[in-house]
Amino acid sequence: MNLEEYKGVYVFAQQVDNEISSIAFELLGKAKDLAKDLNTDVTAVLLGSGVKGLADQLAEYGADKVIVVDDPELKDYRTEPYAHALASVINKYKPEIMLVGATAIGRDLGPRVSARVATGLTADCTVLEIGDFPLQAVPGQEQLHNQLLMTRPAFGGNTIATIACPYNRPQMATVRAGVMQKIDPIKGAKANVEEFNPGFTPDNKYVEILDIVKSVAETVDIMDAKILVSGGRGVGSPENFKILEDLAEVLGGTVSCSRAVVDSGWKPKDLQVGQTGKTVRPNVYFAIGISGAIQHVAGMEESDIIVAINKDADAPIFDVADYGVVGDLNKIVPKLTEALKAEIAAAKG
Amino acid sequence: MKIVVCVKQVPDTAGGVKFNPDGTLDRGAMLTIMNPDDKAGLEAALRLKDQYGAEVTVVTMGLPKAEEVLREAMAMGADKGVLVTDRVLGGADTWATSTTLAGAIRNLEYDLIITGRQAIDGDTAQVGPQISEHLDIPVISYAQDIKIEGDSVVVERQYEDRYHVVKAKMPCLITALSELNEPRYMTPGGIFDAYKQEITVWGRADLKDVDDANLGLKGSPTKIAKASDKVRKGAGEKVSLDPDESVSYIVEKLKIKHVI
Repeated sequence: MNLEEYKGVYVFAQQVDNEISSIAFELLGKAKDLAKDLNTDVTAVLLGSGVKGLADQLAEYGADKVIVVDDPELKDYRTEPYAHALASVINKYKPEIMLVGATAIGRDLGPRVSARVATGLTADCTVLEIGDFPLQAVPGQEQLHNQLLMTRPAFGGNTIATIACPYNRPQMATVRAGVMQKIDPIKGAKANVEEFNPGFTPDNKYVEILDIVKSVAETVDIMDAKILVSGGRGVGSPENFKILEDLAEVLGGTVSCSRAVVDSGWKPKDLQVGQTGKTVRPNVYFAIGISGAIQHVAGMEESDIIVAINKDADAPIFDVADYGVVGDLNKIVPKLTEALKAEIAAAKG
Repeated sequence: MKIVVCVKQVPDTAGGVKFNPDGTLDRGAMLTIMNPDDKAGLEAALRLKDQYGAEVTVVTMGLPKAEEVLREAMAMGADKGVLVTDRVLGGADTWATSTTLAGAIRNLEYDLIITGRQAIDGDTAQVGPQISEHLDIPVISYAQDIKIEGDSVVVERQYEDRYHVVKAKMPCLITALSELNEPRYMTPGGIFDAYKQEITVWGRADLKDVDDANLGLKGSPTKIAKASDKVRKGAGEKVSLDPDESVSYIVEKLKIKHVI
């Protein structure tokens, strides 16, 4: 493998139902930074059926070039045709960096493609930067420059590792959603589109999709919520979650919970925050009656603002809370809801 | 039907995380468990065995101590256990791990391979799909339901806002979510039998069609540049006030931060 042949920062531009996923724009924002440091450009790889018209959107968010593989086999996501398309793009265009969103699609596609093109893949990165490997010069080992340094949490968020892929190309990473910043769209930007079709020959690996069942989105996915009102065992009963729901409603937020609540059968698993639940990073996270076990904290500590209400002054949740209130949630939460209602009404005039 | 289930022994973070004086994780002091997603994968295999009849072989890669998870799996009802252990396999990233496991699985007969979606220590979700690529078989990740129809599997494959009902011809690899099921307990008789049974132990020499250049720390394309204990952001303010004052305090803070 001649590493010098590999140039440019590439982004897998995920689309679902021919709508580009937010993660694609986030990756383009990051790719632009990396490309600047490497003095190269940004290419988006758009795979799908009837997707060519989406290319300009990718240009608006920072893609210098868009490679489009448009084929009926790529209509709905299936591992094999997508892996074949992306691996073929990598083999033909030889990118030095390939970024993929750490989504339910990307976390399937990324490993399959990395194994096919025989390179490393770092999962769920939260920081990407260009630097040296090894970080400090080591006698007897060549220090390589302009490497992609990929930082990720491991062990349920208890450790942080920075990983490089010095001797293989492309350097591949999946990147957690909601971490990287999109650029302000450049209105009217036109994509430099290159169409490419590697040819598709269905075999056993082309699985058959019998049905697609979309969940009826009654509630916002807690991973997308800007405000989360999260309850723990301290809430006391499933009925008492009503006071949290009222608070969430006033703020336009969503209710989530700790593992203890799910284990007690008070709330469904998809509302669980933590290592065995979901990792969330809302603007505001209310931890109400949550003690703050390390598995829970691992799933919410990246929230911008953490407000904790707990009657136990020694609860570990106060070690991560920006604003901790020691007190009885049953007395505080309903009053807080009323106070916020009044504030919001007053602000509207 | 023959089913291979891949499991990993991982430190149990639920029992509390223990640190060395230098701040690194003290893995030796922590209890170990069978990785939860893998256990769900094993349970799925055992249910297929109950329903359709199958031979379930559990494979793990790790230190000799990882034999414990194989015994546990056999006490739950798995038929055979294979431990892949060798000093030259240590320090493997997901590429080298998947290469190793694929090399072991090539020695086995299988219609279905089930792995957990991801392990709670690394959280990468990469080894399952990478094994499927090395073996050149279809993969269905994130399975929330598994059924057998003739020579095919029909799987509910979970996405963020939907699921696909996917049909694939066997042999096929499936990665299981812990939501898939509630794993059964070991039975006393099962535990007794599990300790009487032989476990197959394979080293480097037993792996089929793998190159030394793709194994262990040396064969891992990804290299750790730096690892550190997470720097937590630390405690902010903590107040103890009466309820009305507490409310005013929170409202004030939300105003300062432009939440309201």
